[in-house]
Amino acid sequence: MRLEPLNYDVIIIGAGMSGLGAGIRLAHYGKKVCILDRHYLWGGLNSFYRLKGYRFDVGLHAMTNYVPRGTRNAPLTKLLRQLRIDYDEFDLRPQSMSATWFPGKRLRYTNEFAFFENEVAENFPHQADRFRSLVKHVLAYDALDLSVPEFSARKAVAQYLSDPLLVEMLFCPLFFYGSAVENDMDFGQFVIMFKSIYCEGLARPPEGVRRVLKVLLDKYKSVGGELRMKTGVARLDVEGGQVRGVVLENGEVLQATKVISSAGYPETMRLLSDYVPGSEGETHGQLSFVESIDVLTKEPRELGYELTIQFFSTTETFHYQKPAEPVDVRSGVICCPNNFVYERPLETPMMRVTSLANYDRWAAMDAGDYPAEKTRWHARVLDEVVKIVPDFRPWVKFTDIFTPTTVRKFTSHVNGAVYGSPIKFKTGRTHLENLFLCGTDQGMLGIVGALLSGISMANMHVLQEA
Amino acid sequence: MTREEIRKAIIDILADIAPDEDTSGLKDDVGLRDQLGLDSMDFLDIVMELRKRYNVEVPSPDYPQLATMTSCLNYLSPKMA
Repeated sequence: MRLEPLNYDVIIIGAGMSGLGAGIRLAHYGKKVCILDRHYLWGGLNSFYRLKGYRFDVGLHAMTNYVPRGTRNAPLTKLLRQLRIDYDEFDLRPQSMSATWFPGKRLRYTNEFAFFENEVAENFPHQADRFRSLVKHVLAYDALDLSVPEFSARKAVAQYLSDPLLVEMLFCPLFFYGSAVENDMDFGQFVIMFKSIYCEGLARPPEGVRRVLKVLLDKYKSVGGELRMKTGVARLDVEGGQVRGVVLENGEVLQATKVISSAGYPETMRLLSDYVPGSEGETHGQLSFVESIDVLTKEPRELGYELTIQFFSTTETFHYQKPAEPVDVRSGVICCPNNFVYERPLETPMMRVTSLANYDRWAAMDAGDYPAEKTRWHARVLDEVVKIVPDFRPWVKFTDIFTPTTVRKFTSHVNGAVYGSPIKFKTGRTHLENLFLCGTDQGMLGIVGALLSGISMANMHVLQEA
Repeated sequence: MTREEIRKAIIDILADIAPDEDTSGLKDDVGLRDQLGLDSMDFLDIVMELRKRYNVEVPSPDYPQLATMTSCLNYLSPKMA
Protein backbone atom coordinates (compact mmCIF):
# COMPACT_ATOMS: atom_id res chain seq x y z
CA MET A 1 0.00 0.00 0.00
CA ARG A 2 1.30 3.42 -0.93
CA LEU A 3 0.70 6.24 1.54
CA GLU A 4 -0.51 9.57 0.23
CA PRO A 5 2.24 12.21 0.61
CA LEU A 6 1.87 14.60 3.55
CA ASN A 7 0.22 17.75 2.36
CA TYR A 8 0.92 21.22 3.78
CA ASP A 9 -0.38 24.69 3.07
CA VAL A 10 3.20 25.96 3.18
CA ILE A 11 6.60 24.30 3.36
CA ILE A 12 9.45 26.55 4.45
CA ILE A 13 13.03 25.62 3.63
CA GLY A 14 15.43 26.65 6.38
CA ALA A 15 14.91 27.18 10.13
CA GLY A 16 16.85 30.44 10.30
CA MET A 17 15.46 33.77 11.44
CA SER A 18 13.45 34.41 8.27
CA GLY A 19 12.00 30.89 8.10
CA LEU A 20 10.95 31.02 11.74
CA GLY A 21 9.44 34.50 11.27
CA ALA A 22 7.40 33.32 8.28
CA GLY A 23 6.44 30.11 10.06
CA ILE A 24 5.12 31.88 13.17
CA ARG A 25 2.94 34.20 11.09
CA LEU A 26 1.47 31.40 9.01
CA ALA A 27 0.86 28.97 11.86
CA HIS A 28 -0.70 31.75 13.98
CA TYR A 29 -3.30 32.19 11.26
CA GLY A 30 -4.11 28.50 11.05
CA LYS A 31 -1.99 27.47 8.09
CA LYS A 32 -0.56 23.97 8.13
CA VAL A 33 3.15 24.75 8.03
CA CYS A 34 6.31 22.68 8.10
CA ILE A 35 9.83 24.08 8.34
CA LEU A 36 12.58 21.81 7.00
CA ASP A 37 16.24 22.19 7.90
CA ARG A 38 19.22 20.10 6.96
CA HIS A 39 21.07 20.63 10.25
CA TYR A 40 20.46 19.48 13.79
CA LEU A 41 20.51 23.07 15.12
CA TRP A 42 18.20 25.83 14.04
CA GLY A 43 19.22 29.45 13.42
CA GLY A 44 20.90 29.22 10.01
CA LEU A 45 23.44 32.04 9.73
CA ASN A 46 22.76 32.92 13.36
CA SER A 47 23.30 29.73 15.26
CA PHE A 48 25.22 28.60 18.31
CA TYR A 49 27.43 25.78 19.51
CA ARG A 50 29.23 24.44 22.54
CA LEU A 51 32.88 23.51 22.52
CA LYS A 52 35.15 22.54 25.43
CA GLY A 53 32.44 23.65 27.81
CA TYR A 54 32.13 27.14 26.31
CA ARG A 55 28.98 28.47 24.69
CA PHE A 56 29.57 30.34 21.44
CA ASP A 57 27.35 32.24 19.02
CA VAL A 58 27.78 32.15 15.28
CA GLY A 59 26.89 35.25 13.34
CA LEU A 60 25.41 37.47 15.99
CA HIS A 61 27.74 40.17 17.30
CA ALA A 62 24.85 42.36 18.28
CA MET A 63 21.30 42.90 17.25
CA THR A 64 20.99 46.14 15.31
CA ASN A 65 17.76 48.20 15.32
CA TYR A 66 17.65 48.46 19.12
CA VAL A 67 14.90 50.82 20.30
CA PRO A 68 13.20 51.16 23.69
CA ARG A 69 9.89 49.42 24.36
CA GLY A 70 6.90 51.07 22.73
CA THR A 71 8.85 52.97 20.05
CA ARG A 72 6.54 53.49 17.10
CA ASN A 73 7.37 52.74 13.47
CA ALA A 74 10.61 50.95 14.27
CA PRO A 75 11.53 47.59 12.70
CA LEU A 76 12.12 45.89 16.07
CA THR A 77 8.76 46.85 17.55
CA LYS A 78 7.00 46.11 14.25
CA LEU A 79 8.30 42.56 14.18
CA LEU A 80 7.47 41.96 17.84
CA ARG A 81 3.90 43.04 17.12
CA GLN A 82 3.65 40.82 14.08
CA LEU A 83 4.96 37.79 15.97
CA ARG A 84 2.97 38.53 19.16
CA ILE A 85 6.17 38.47 21.19
CA ASP A 86 6.52 40.67 24.25
CA TYR A 87 9.36 43.22 24.18
CA ASP A 88 11.00 41.75 27.30
CA GLU A 89 11.23 38.24 25.90
CA PHE A 90 14.34 38.93 23.80
CA ASP A 91 16.00 40.27 26.97
CA LEU A 92 18.00 42.86 25.02
CA ARG A 93 20.74 44.85 26.78
CA PRO A 94 22.11 47.94 25.06
CA GLN A 95 25.74 48.34 23.98
CA SER A 96 28.01 50.61 25.97
CA MET A 97 29.77 52.30 23.04
CA SER A 98 31.09 51.26 19.63
CA ALA A 99 33.42 52.88 17.11
CA THR A 100 34.85 52.92 13.64
CA TRP A 101 38.64 53.15 13.56
CA PHE A 102 40.63 54.39 10.56
CA PRO A 103 44.21 55.67 10.50
CA GLY A 104 44.25 58.80 12.65
CA LYS A 105 40.49 58.92 13.26
CA ARG A 106 37.96 57.21 15.48
CA LEU A 107 34.19 57.83 15.21
CA ARG A 108 32.29 56.60 18.24
CA TYR A 109 28.58 55.88 18.57
CA THR A 110 26.12 54.93 21.26
CA ASN A 111 22.41 54.19 21.06
CA GLU A 112 21.77 57.98 21.11
CA PHE A 113 21.96 59.37 17.60
CA ALA A 114 22.76 62.90 18.80
CA PHE A 115 26.05 61.58 20.21
CA PHE A 116 27.07 60.29 16.78
CA GLU A 117 26.04 63.50 14.98
CA ASN A 118 28.20 65.42 17.40
CA GLU A 119 31.08 63.00 16.93
CA VAL A 120 30.95 63.52 13.14
CA ALA A 121 30.81 67.30 13.59
CA GLU A 122 33.84 67.29 15.91
CA ASN A 123 35.96 65.00 13.74
CA PHE A 124 34.88 66.45 10.39
CA PRO A 125 33.81 70.05 11.15
CA HIS A 126 33.85 71.05 7.47
CA GLN A 127 31.38 68.22 6.71
CA ALA A 128 28.95 68.83 9.58
CA ASP A 129 26.26 70.65 7.58
CA ARG A 130 26.56 68.28 4.66
CA PHE A 131 26.23 65.33 7.04
CA ARG A 132 23.06 66.82 8.54
CA SER A 133 21.58 67.15 5.03
CA LEU A 134 22.43 63.53 4.31
CA VAL A 135 20.75 62.45 7.55
CA LYS A 136 17.65 64.43 6.66
CA HIS A 137 17.50 62.72 3.27
CA VAL A 138 18.04 59.27 4.83
CA LEU A 139 15.29 59.78 7.42
CA ALA A 140 12.77 60.93 4.81
CA TYR A 141 13.56 58.11 2.36
CA ASP A 142 11.09 55.22 2.01
CA ALA A 143 13.44 52.25 1.77
CA LEU A 144 10.62 49.73 1.97
CA ASP A 145 9.08 50.74 -1.35
CA LEU A 146 9.69 47.57 -3.37
CA SER A 147 9.01 49.32 -6.68
CA VAL A 148 12.14 51.53 -6.57
CA PRO A 149 14.98 50.04 -8.64
CA GLU A 150 18.38 49.62 -6.96
CA PHE A 151 20.95 52.37 -7.31
CA SER A 152 24.45 53.01 -6.00
CA ALA A 153 24.65 54.28 -2.42
CA ARG A 154 28.18 55.54 -3.05
CA LYS A 155 26.94 57.84 -5.81
CA ALA A 156 24.01 59.05 -3.69
CA VAL A 157 26.21 59.78 -0.66
CA ALA A 158 28.80 61.55 -2.82
CA GLN A 159 26.15 64.18 -3.58
CA TYR A 160 26.26 65.14 0.10
CA LEU A 161 29.71 64.37 1.50
CA SER A 162 32.99 65.46 -0.06
CA ASP A 163 35.55 64.09 2.43
CA PRO A 164 36.47 60.59 1.23
CA LEU A 165 37.63 59.50 4.71
CA LEU A 166 34.25 60.30 6.26
CA VAL A 167 32.54 58.41 3.44
CA GLU A 168 34.74 55.35 4.00
CA MET A 169 34.18 55.48 7.74
CA LEU A 170 30.38 55.78 7.39
CA PHE A 171 30.19 52.89 4.95
CA CYS A 172 32.57 50.54 6.78
CA PRO A 173 30.13 49.22 9.45
CA LEU A 174 27.27 49.10 6.95
CA PHE A 175 29.29 46.99 4.52
CA PHE A 176 30.44 44.60 7.22
CA TYR A 177 26.95 44.17 8.66
CA GLY A 178 25.12 43.63 5.45
CA SER A 179 26.42 44.20 1.95
CA ALA A 180 26.50 41.33 -0.51
CA VAL A 181 28.01 43.69 -3.11
CA GLU A 182 31.71 44.54 -3.25
CA ASN A 183 32.57 48.15 -2.36
CA ASP A 184 29.04 49.47 -2.74
CA MET A 185 25.45 48.77 -1.79
CA ASP A 186 21.96 49.64 -2.93
CA PHE A 187 20.89 53.02 -1.55
CA GLY A 188 17.72 51.53 -0.04
CA GLN A 189 19.90 49.02 1.80
CA PHE A 190 22.19 51.88 2.89
CA VAL A 191 19.20 53.69 4.41
CA ILE A 192 18.02 50.58 6.25
CA MET A 193 21.51 49.86 7.60
CA PHE A 194 22.25 53.49 8.48
CA LYS A 195 19.11 53.71 10.58
CA SER A 196 19.61 50.29 12.13
CA ILE A 197 23.16 50.97 13.36
CA TYR A 198 23.54 54.74 13.78
CA CYS A 199 20.00 56.03 14.44
CA GLU A 200 18.67 53.07 16.43
CA GLY A 201 21.51 51.05 17.88
CA LEU A 202 23.00 47.82 19.11
CA ALA A 203 21.94 45.39 21.82
CA ARG A 204 22.38 41.78 22.83
CA PRO A 205 20.71 39.33 25.22
CA PRO A 206 23.09 38.08 27.96
CA GLU A 207 22.52 34.55 26.64
CA GLY A 208 23.26 35.65 23.08
CA VAL A 209 21.46 34.35 20.04
CA ARG A 210 20.23 31.27 21.96
CA ARG A 211 17.73 33.47 23.72
CA VAL A 212 16.29 34.94 20.54
CA LEU A 213 16.07 31.53 18.88
CA LYS A 214 14.45 29.91 21.92
CA VAL A 215 11.75 32.59 22.00
CA LEU A 216 11.09 32.15 18.28
CA LEU A 217 11.04 28.36 18.41
CA ASP A 218 8.77 28.24 21.48
CA LYS A 219 6.42 30.67 19.75
CA TYR A 220 6.42 28.68 16.53
CA LYS A 221 5.57 25.46 18.36
CA SER A 222 2.93 27.12 20.55
CA VAL A 223 0.99 28.21 17.46
CA GLY A 224 1.12 24.70 16.02
CA GLY A 225 4.02 24.87 13.56
CA GLU A 226 5.90 21.71 12.64
CA LEU A 227 9.70 21.66 12.53
CA ARG A 228 11.78 18.86 11.03
CA MET A 229 15.50 19.09 11.69
CA LYS A 230 18.14 16.91 9.98
CA THR A 231 15.79 16.95 7.00
CA GLY A 232 17.53 18.20 3.88
CA VAL A 233 15.63 18.91 0.69
CA ALA A 234 17.06 16.97 -2.24
CA ARG A 235 14.84 18.30 -5.01
CA LEU A 236 11.80 20.41 -5.81
CA ASP A 237 9.72 18.68 -8.49
CA VAL A 238 8.54 21.21 -11.06
CA GLU A 239 5.63 20.73 -13.41
CA GLY A 240 3.53 23.28 -15.29
CA GLY A 241 5.25 26.31 -13.76
CA GLN A 242 4.72 25.12 -10.19
CA VAL A 243 6.50 23.18 -7.49
CA ARG A 244 4.50 19.97 -7.22
CA GLY A 245 6.54 18.03 -4.70
CA VAL A 246 9.29 18.52 -2.16
CA VAL A 247 11.61 15.51 -2.26
CA LEU A 248 13.64 14.99 0.89
CA GLU A 249 17.13 13.56 1.05
CA ASN A 250 15.69 10.41 2.65
CA GLY A 251 13.48 9.91 -0.40
CA GLU A 252 10.23 10.97 1.26
CA VAL A 253 7.99 13.25 -0.80
CA LEU A 254 5.98 16.11 0.73
CA GLN A 255 3.43 18.31 -0.98
CA ALA A 256 2.56 21.93 -0.35
CA THR A 257 0.36 24.56 -1.92
CA LYS A 258 3.23 27.04 -1.54
CA VAL A 259 6.93 26.77 -0.85
CA ILE A 260 8.98 29.56 0.75
CA SER A 261 12.73 29.07 0.57
CA SER A 262 15.31 30.84 2.70
CA ALA A 263 18.12 28.78 1.17
CA GLY A 264 19.24 31.60 -1.13
CA TYR A 265 18.41 32.23 -4.79
CA PRO A 266 21.05 30.15 -6.62
CA GLU A 267 20.83 27.48 -3.92
CA THR A 268 17.06 27.24 -4.40
CA MET A 269 17.30 27.19 -8.20
CA ARG A 270 19.72 24.27 -7.99
CA LEU A 271 17.04 22.25 -6.18
CA LEU A 272 14.59 22.52 -9.08
CA SER A 273 14.06 19.32 -11.04
CA ASP A 274 14.34 21.26 -14.32
CA TYR A 275 17.40 23.29 -13.25
CA VAL A 276 19.69 24.21 -16.12
CA PRO A 277 23.25 24.84 -14.86
CA GLY A 278 24.16 28.50 -15.20
CA SER A 279 20.54 29.69 -15.40
CA GLU A 280 20.87 31.43 -12.02
CA GLY A 281 23.03 34.11 -13.66
CA GLU A 282 25.32 36.38 -11.64
CA THR A 283 23.87 35.47 -8.27
CA HIS A 284 26.88 33.85 -6.67
CA GLY A 285 28.07 36.04 -3.81
CA GLN A 286 31.80 36.51 -3.29
CA LEU A 287 31.94 37.92 0.22
CA SER A 288 32.84 35.60 3.00
CA PHE A 289 34.57 35.87 6.36
CA VAL A 290 36.82 34.19 8.85
CA GLU A 291 35.98 34.68 12.46
CA SER A 292 37.99 33.90 15.55
CA ILE A 293 36.76 33.67 19.11
CA ASP A 294 39.45 34.05 21.76
CA VAL A 295 38.41 33.02 25.25
CA LEU A 296 40.30 35.11 27.83
CA THR A 297 41.23 34.53 31.46
CA LYS A 298 40.42 38.18 32.20
CA GLU A 299 37.49 40.50 31.50
CA PRO A 300 38.38 42.84 28.60
CA ARG A 301 37.40 45.71 30.93
CA GLU A 302 40.23 44.72 33.28
CA LEU A 303 42.58 45.18 30.34
CA GLY A 304 41.19 48.67 29.88
CA TYR A 305 38.88 47.84 26.97
CA GLU A 306 35.36 49.26 27.24
CA LEU A 307 34.04 49.34 23.67
CA THR A 308 31.39 46.93 22.42
CA ILE A 309 32.19 46.73 18.71
CA GLN A 310 34.91 48.30 16.58
CA PHE A 311 34.93 48.31 12.82
CA PHE A 312 38.38 49.08 11.49
CA SER A 313 40.47 49.62 8.43
CA THR A 314 44.22 50.18 8.67
CA THR A 315 44.15 51.74 5.18
CA GLU A 316 42.41 55.06 4.43
CA THR A 317 40.50 53.43 1.59
CA PHE A 318 38.52 50.51 2.89
CA HIS A 319 38.54 47.49 0.57
CA TYR A 320 35.26 45.67 1.00
CA GLN A 321 35.92 42.91 -1.50
CA LYS A 322 37.02 39.34 -1.85
CA PRO A 323 40.73 39.40 -1.01
CA ALA A 324 43.37 37.70 -3.16
CA GLU A 325 44.86 36.08 -0.07
CA PRO A 326 42.93 33.71 2.24
CA VAL A 327 42.31 36.57 4.71
CA ASP A 328 42.38 40.36 4.40
CA VAL A 329 44.11 41.45 7.61
CA ARG A 330 43.82 45.17 6.77
CA SER A 331 40.27 45.50 8.06
CA GLY A 332 37.78 43.77 10.30
CA VAL A 333 35.24 43.85 13.08
CA ILE A 334 36.25 43.43 16.71
CA CYS A 335 33.38 42.45 18.98
CA CYS A 336 33.46 42.11 22.73
CA PRO A 337 30.21 40.37 23.81
CA ASN A 338 31.10 41.18 27.44
CA ASN A 339 30.87 44.93 26.88
CA PHE A 340 27.12 45.39 26.79
CA VAL A 341 25.30 46.84 29.77
CA TYR A 342 24.46 43.74 31.82
CA GLU A 343 23.57 43.42 35.51
CA ARG A 344 26.37 40.92 36.05
CA PRO A 345 29.37 39.91 33.95
CA LEU A 346 28.99 37.09 31.43
CA GLU A 347 30.38 33.69 32.36
CA THR A 348 33.10 33.72 29.69
CA PRO A 349 35.27 36.72 28.75
CA MET A 350 35.97 36.71 25.02
CA MET A 351 36.99 38.72 21.99
CA ARG A 352 35.68 37.97 18.51
CA VAL A 353 37.33 39.20 15.34
CA THR A 354 35.79 38.95 11.87
CA SER A 355 37.79 39.52 8.68
CA LEU A 356 37.08 39.33 4.95
CA ALA A 357 38.21 36.04 3.45
CA ASN A 358 38.55 34.24 0.15
CA TYR A 359 36.40 31.11 -0.10
CA ASP A 360 38.34 29.55 -2.99
CA ARG A 361 41.65 29.73 -1.16
CA TRP A 362 40.23 28.01 1.91
CA ALA A 363 38.32 25.43 -0.12
CA ALA A 364 41.47 24.53 -2.09
CA MET A 365 43.57 23.89 1.01
CA ASP A 366 44.78 20.43 1.78
CA ALA A 367 42.87 19.05 4.78
CA GLY A 368 46.19 18.46 6.53
CA ASP A 369 47.23 22.12 6.17
CA TYR A 370 43.89 23.61 7.16
CA PRO A 371 44.31 23.70 10.98
CA ALA A 372 47.80 25.23 10.75
CA GLU A 373 46.62 27.79 8.18
CA LYS A 374 43.80 28.84 10.50
CA THR A 375 46.27 29.38 13.33
CA ARG A 376 48.75 31.23 11.11
CA TRP A 377 46.13 33.64 9.71
CA HIS A 378 44.60 34.17 13.12
CA ALA A 379 48.01 35.27 14.44
CA ARG A 380 48.37 37.71 11.53
CA VAL A 381 44.89 39.15 12.16
CA LEU A 382 45.69 39.69 15.86
CA ASP A 383 48.97 41.45 14.97
CA GLU A 384 46.79 44.17 13.37
CA VAL A 385 43.99 44.08 15.95
CA VAL A 386 46.27 44.82 18.90
CA LYS A 387 47.21 48.12 17.27
CA ILE A 388 43.59 49.14 17.91
CA VAL A 389 42.64 47.37 21.16
CA PRO A 390 44.73 46.48 24.25
CA ASP A 391 46.94 43.47 23.58
CA PHE A 392 44.85 40.61 24.95
CA ARG A 393 47.04 37.82 23.54
CA PRO A 394 48.77 36.91 26.84
CA TRP A 395 45.34 36.13 28.37
CA VAL A 396 44.03 33.84 25.63
CA LYS A 397 43.26 30.36 26.99
CA PHE A 398 41.27 28.93 24.10
CA THR A 399 40.66 29.86 20.47
CA ASP A 400 38.11 28.68 17.95
CA ILE A 401 38.13 29.81 14.34
CA PHE A 402 35.66 29.40 11.51
CA THR A 403 36.40 29.99 7.84
CA PRO A 404 34.39 30.36 4.61
CA THR A 405 34.28 26.58 4.25
CA THR A 406 32.61 26.35 7.68
CA VAL A 407 30.03 28.91 6.51
CA ARG A 408 29.45 26.86 3.38
CA LYS A 409 29.00 23.69 5.41
CA PHE A 410 26.44 25.14 7.82
CA THR A 411 24.49 27.51 5.57
CA SER A 412 24.87 25.71 2.21
CA HIS A 413 25.55 29.17 0.71
CA VAL A 414 27.52 29.04 -2.52
CA ASN A 415 31.09 30.31 -1.89
CA GLY A 416 30.32 30.54 1.84
CA ALA A 417 28.83 33.93 0.90
CA VAL A 418 27.47 35.12 4.23
CA TYR A 419 25.20 37.77 2.73
CA GLY A 420 24.22 35.70 -0.29
CA SER A 421 23.68 36.92 -3.82
CA PRO A 422 24.75 40.42 -4.93
CA ILE A 423 21.43 40.59 -6.79
CA LYS A 424 18.42 40.64 -4.47
CA PHE A 425 14.82 39.64 -5.15
CA LYS A 426 12.82 42.18 -3.17
CA THR A 427 9.36 40.93 -4.10
CA GLY A 428 10.34 37.37 -3.15
CA ARG A 429 8.82 36.05 -6.37
CA THR A 430 10.48 33.49 -8.61
CA HIS A 431 9.60 32.29 -12.11
CA LEU A 432 7.46 29.58 -10.46
CA GLU A 433 3.97 30.54 -9.37
CA ASN A 434 4.05 28.96 -5.91
CA LEU A 435 7.74 29.28 -4.98
CA PHE A 436 8.90 32.33 -3.03
CA LEU A 437 12.12 33.50 -1.41
CA CYS A 438 12.66 34.93 2.04
CA GLY A 439 15.76 35.82 4.06
CA THR A 440 19.15 36.85 2.78
CA ASP A 441 18.39 36.86 -0.95
CA GLN A 442 15.06 38.62 -0.54
CA GLY A 443 17.33 41.43 0.54
CA MET A 444 16.74 42.15 4.21
CA LEU A 445 19.77 41.45 6.35
CA GLY A 446 20.62 41.22 10.01
CA ILE A 447 18.49 39.43 12.57
CA VAL A 448 15.76 42.04 12.61
CA GLY A 449 15.84 42.34 8.81
CA ALA A 450 15.68 38.58 8.32
CA LEU A 451 12.72 38.25 10.68
CA LEU A 452 10.92 41.07 8.87
CA SER A 453 11.70 39.40 5.56
CA GLY A 454 10.02 36.19 6.66
CA ILE A 455 7.07 38.10 8.09
CA SER A 456 6.51 40.27 5.03
CA MET A 457 6.86 37.41 2.55
CA ALA A 458 4.37 35.31 4.54
CA ASN A 459 2.00 38.28 4.62
CA MET A 460 2.37 39.19 0.96
CA HIS A 461 2.36 35.77 -0.67
CA VAL A 462 0.17 33.70 1.62
CA LEU A 463 -1.98 35.66 4.09
CA GLN A 464 -3.02 38.56 1.85
CA GLU A 465 -3.81 36.17 -0.98
CA ALA A 466 -6.31 34.18 1.03
CA MET B 1 -23.41 41.07 18.37
CA THR B 2 -24.44 44.48 19.62
CA ARG B 3 -22.50 47.56 18.63
CA GLU B 4 -20.98 47.65 22.10
CA GLU B 5 -19.90 44.00 21.85
CA ILE B 6 -18.32 44.61 18.47
CA ARG B 7 -16.51 47.59 19.93
CA LYS B 8 -15.10 45.39 22.68
CA ALA B 9 -14.12 42.73 20.14
CA ILE B 10 -12.19 45.32 18.12
CA ILE B 11 -10.47 46.69 21.21
CA ASP B 12 -9.45 43.17 22.24
CA ILE B 13 -7.90 42.65 18.82
CA LEU B 14 -6.11 46.00 18.93
CA ALA B 15 -4.75 45.26 22.41
CA ASP B 16 -3.36 41.96 21.12
CA ILE B 17 -1.79 43.52 18.06
CA ALA B 18 -0.34 46.57 19.82
CA PRO B 19 0.15 45.56 23.47
CA ASP B 20 2.39 48.53 24.23
CA GLU B 21 -0.27 51.07 23.23
CA ASP B 22 -3.05 52.31 25.51
CA THR B 23 -6.35 51.16 24.03
CA SER B 24 -8.50 52.36 26.94
CA GLY B 25 -9.07 55.96 25.85
CA LEU B 26 -9.50 55.55 22.09
CA LYS B 27 -11.36 58.35 20.35
CA ASP B 28 -14.04 57.02 18.02
CA ASP B 29 -13.53 59.48 15.21
CA VAL B 30 -9.74 59.79 15.11
CA GLY B 31 -7.78 57.46 12.83
CA LEU B 32 -6.56 54.27 14.52
CA ARG B 33 -3.36 54.54 12.49
CA ASP B 34 -2.32 57.72 14.30
CA GLN B 35 -3.75 56.92 17.70
CA LEU B 36 -2.00 53.55 17.97
CA GLY B 37 0.88 53.98 15.53
CA LEU B 38 -0.51 51.24 13.27
CA ASP B 39 0.90 50.47 9.83
CA SER B 40 -0.41 48.42 6.90
CA MET B 41 0.91 45.19 8.44
CA ASP B 42 -1.18 45.90 11.55
CA PHE B 43 -4.30 46.54 9.47
CA LEU B 44 -3.75 43.20 7.76
CA ASP B 45 -3.74 41.72 11.26
CA ILE B 46 -7.03 43.34 12.21
CA VAL B 47 -8.55 41.72 9.13
CA MET B 48 -6.89 38.37 9.82
CA GLU B 49 -7.98 38.36 13.47
CA LEU B 50 -11.58 39.20 12.50
CA ARG B 51 -11.53 36.20 10.19
CA LYS B 52 -9.88 33.91 12.74
CA ARG B 53 -12.08 34.87 15.68
CA TYR B 54 -15.44 35.74 14.10
CA ASN B 55 -15.30 34.30 10.59
CA VAL B 56 -15.83 37.78 9.16
CA GLU B 57 -14.35 38.49 5.75
CA VAL B 58 -13.03 41.96 4.92
CA PRO B 59 -12.01 42.08 1.25
CA SER B 60 -8.99 44.29 0.58
CA PRO B 61 -10.93 47.08 -1.24
CA ASP B 62 -12.82 47.55 2.06
CA TYR B 63 -9.72 48.06 4.26
CA PRO B 64 -10.25 51.86 4.35
CA GLN B 65 -13.52 51.16 6.20
CA LEU B 66 -11.39 50.17 9.21
CA ALA B 67 -9.79 53.61 9.55
CA THR B 68 -11.58 54.78 12.70
CA MET B 69 -13.57 53.06 15.44
CA THR B 70 -16.78 54.63 14.15
CA SER B 71 -16.16 53.48 10.57
CA CYS B 72 -15.23 50.00 11.86
CA LEU B 73 -18.50 49.76 13.76
CA ASN B 74 -20.57 51.02 10.82
CA TYR B 75 -18.90 48.58 8.48
CA LEU B 76 -18.82 45.52 10.77
CA SER B 77 -22.26 45.83 12.43
CA PRO B 78 -24.22 44.30 9.53
CA LYS B 79 -21.54 41.58 9.08
CA MET B 80 -21.43 40.64 12.77
CA ALA B 81 -25.10 41.11 13.60
